[in-house]
Amino acid sequence: MNKPPLLEVNRLVKHFLIRGGLLGGIAGRVRAVDDLGFALERGETLSLVGESGSGKSTVGRTILGLIRPDGGEIWLDGARIDQLSRARMRALRQRMQIVFQDPFSSLNPRLSVRDCLAEPLANFGLARGKAERERRIFDLLDQVMLPRAAADRLPHEFSGGQRQRIAIARALAPRPDLIICDEAVSALDVSVKAQIINLLADLQKELGLALLFISHDLAIVEHLTHRIAVMYLGQIVEIGPRDAVFSRPQHPYTEALLSAVPMPDPETKRRRIVLAGDIPSPRNPPQGCRFHTRCPYVFDRCRVEAPALRGPGTHRAACHLDALPGA
Amino acid sequence: MSDFAAAPALPEIVPERRKHGTFVRFMLRHPTIFAGLVLIGLMLMIAMLAPYLGTTDPTALAPARRLRPPSAAYWFGTDMLGRDVYSRVLYGTRVSLVVGFAVALLAAVIGLGIGLVAGFVRWSDALIMRIMDGLMSIPSILLAIALMALTRGSVRNVVIAITISEIPRVARLIRGVVLSLREQPYIEAAIACGTRTPRLILRHILPNTLAPLSVQATYICASAMITEAILSFIGAGTPPTVPSWGNIMAEGRALWQIKPSIVFFPAIFLLLTVLGVNLLGDGLRDALDPRRALRL
Repeated sequence: MNKPPLLEVNRLVKHFLIRGGLLGGIAGRVRAVDDLGFALERGETLSLVGESGSGKSTVGRTILGLIRPDGGEIWLDGARIDQLSRARMRALRQRMQIVFQDPFSSLNPRLSVRDCLAEPLANFGLARGKAERERRIFDLLDQVMLPRAAADRLPHEFSGGQRQRIAIARALAPRPDLIICDEAVSALDVSVKAQIINLLADLQKELGLALLFISHDLAIVEHLTHRIAVMYLGQIVEIGPRDAVFSRPQHPYTEALLSAVPMPDPETKRRRIVLAGDIPSPRNPPQGCRFHTRCPYVFDRCRVEAPALRGPGTHRAACHLDALPGA
Repeated sequence: MSDFAAAPALPEIVPERRKHGTFVRFMLRHPTIFAGLVLIGLMLMIAMLAPYLGTTDPTALAPARRLRPPSAAYWFGTDMLGRDVYSRVLYGTRVSLVVGFAVALLAAVIGLGIGLVAGFVRWSDALIMRIMDGLMSIPSILLAIALMALTRGSVRNVVIAITISEIPRVARLIRGVVLSLREQPYIEAAIACGTRTPRLILRHILPNTLAPLSVQATYICASAMITEAILSFIGAGTPPTVPSWGNIMAEGRALWQIKPSIVFFPAIFLLLTVLGVNLLGDGLRDALDPRRALRL
């Protein structure tokens, strides 16, 4: 019998209600995540990519239970977790951690690095006594390659990359199985970005972590990920192994995203696909295929019928083009 | 992944820890705090040492010596009942400071509690804030007068009346701070790493409210002293048996055109005290500005 995947998300829905008017009635709903599903194995990296407003971060925060889903199921290690009480959910967070985008606002400016790292240890009762706690904190600093002297410092004494290392150390503290990196390197300089990516890759190998890597940057994702899921307006439009997605994108949106990845060689000739307009408002997503308003290959069927995520094997896309003869 | 093997291994430079500023250096950097503390300290000394500063009984009547101008014997002159204005002003310092500090402390603590609840317990927010808005819609002087009209004039009742009218300002401020802190990623990060709500409030929310709270408390202190003087001036505050700056000014009011000294001296003391408290508040506001990551 197969072991269940570490994380499984089925038909996840999260709508944010917009309140307005005198009596606070519902003025509209933002379909941040609409019918989304994927699975993540132990030790695997899945990258969730898409432009801003596509609902990537909402997925991450919903999995952690920081916001409640409106529908669908989330399974961790074969147990359903989306309907747990707050107390049960709190206990489960020992197995799932998150690293946020902005290393300047994700650390409390008044807590020293030691206090910051001691917090998850104390919360989950992971260190008995001062000596053990101190040892664990030093281990964590070693793991993220920060000097042990850093323990006494306050966050503002560090650079962005160093702060992100502190945030990663905090996420590692409860010894989780899964870390969600919510744009964890997007705010960093290019060279620092590479260091953090390398650090995450090393930690994954060393600790067997599963990573859900949320990013808008396909170039950065390419070096780290095993699989890629491309999101558009709250839905996954294409999901598959890294090489397959990069070399044979099945969805026009993935194609367009890939054509926007900068190439080191300016002489390289390639077709640049520039999408017209902005991402439509998730308050009022287009009928049919949600991408049809910007798709260069749009035809009649796209405007009425939403395509399902389908395809051979593990590489699947949601596009009607695959049904056309000669596609 | 191989592309990044050559990623520059920048040295992990952790900057040398900056030496803690000494008290003197801190004061030199914030002269307004220094000036405010000096003025407040001076007033505190006067209040505590009032009996030893050459004063006589501030309530002793001496009709034979009334309305004396300032002289060597009566530094600030005497009032229409022959009482020594110098002694009365010095003893009046006690009333002003007690009222100012007590109101600031009480309003800060109670307002902090109400603000935390309103900011954290979502369903209570609308209810609490409408009550606070209701209180705020009444000018604080009028509210204090109304409350004093319900009770007997005493320093304690003055403190209670002014505190009630100042609480909404603190509660509103703290609620706003809590609401903006709740959106901070480090609060979400703390929840994500398993922090329970009581600890979340104590460790992550409360320390970040203390800076705006202490600034607000100094302004409340200054405003309470002025309100106390006004209440006493119109006869709705401290009873006439207790010398307070407001009482002295009220009694000197009728004669201020011929004997301005009776009103002048308590007014100068009130001005200097309020100035000192406000200077401290302004200095604290600048020093505690989180945008200047300054370790106190």
